[in-house]
Amino acid sequence: MALSEENFGKIQEALTEALGVDDDEVTPEATLVGDLGAESIDFLDIVFRLEKAFDIQIPRGELFPEDILGNSDYVTDGKVNETGLEELRKRMPFANLDQFAANPLVSEFGNTLTVQAMCNFVEGKLSS
Amino acid sequence: MRWFWIDRFTEFRSGHSATALKSVSLSEDYLHDHFPAYPVMPASLILEGLAQTAGLLIGEHSGFTQRVILAKVSRVQFRFLALPGDTLTYRATIIDINRDGAMAKTTSHVGDRLQGEADIFFAHIKDDVAGEDLFEPQGFLDLLRMLRMFEVGRQSDGSPIEVPEKFRHLQGA
Repeated sequence: MALSEENFGKIQEALTEALGVDDDEVTPEATLVGDLGAESIDFLDIVFRLEKAFDIQIPRGELFPEDILGNSDYVTDGKVNETGLEELRKRMPFANLDQFAANPLVSEFGNTLTVQAMCNFVEGKLSS
Repeated sequence: MRWFWIDRFTEFRSGHSATALKSVSLSEDYLHDHFPAYPVMPASLILEGLAQTAGLLIGEHSGFTQRVILAKVSRVQFRFLALPGDTLTYRATIIDINRDGAMAKTTSHVGDRLQGEADIFFAHIKDDVAGEDLFEPQGFLDLLRMLRMFEVGRQSDGSPIEVPEKFRHLQGA
């Protein structure tokens, strides 16, 4: 799923402003947490900027499902269990979770969300 | 020392923008440590004043029913030093506000000169995080009066801002 150049530019702008990174760091494969240094409060900031840039509504937890990662039904010994993975796949069709699923440590979850996943997410929102 | 980093509001448009003044005076203790023989208003405290201006503007929008906390300063820049004798004019404009928080653009001027600017993001904290008010209500209402919020405050239709419902049972309300 490819975003138009204009829309990718808007996402790039939201991320550079929210995270204080340079344009050229915001590549499709960059991870928000690992590569761009996003922290939890940044996700609120990013969501605000995306809502404004695209005139969309993003309910809390939709882009970054913190509620699943903090729920003991879905997490066992610091890892997301099978039920949790199923829930994540359902909630995050825009992200590729295969690599995360191989060793689903909660602490590694931040590295699953890439710029590409965010583009897919916005694309999904715009077409719905 | 009280943690008040604005002196009073001169303009307050509910849900939209606010202007507050901060006079920098050599009688303030902290200036004598920052720095000895070279008093400079710390930029961090200017930022606090900008955040207080914006935070009260955002809190008033919900009648102070939401608990508003400074979550993040996305961007901040200062252009020159503020010195004793300067009056800083802080302006805050709400860019966006929703259930989770608010984004404000703020500036600090000395006269007509832009002294600093900051984009500040505030979060509304949920009931399950903090069940009680962040501030003691009587002291908080007194503060709003001292800052002259009800004297200068206007709703979008031009009518005056009234004491929010949650404070109406208090003394002096």
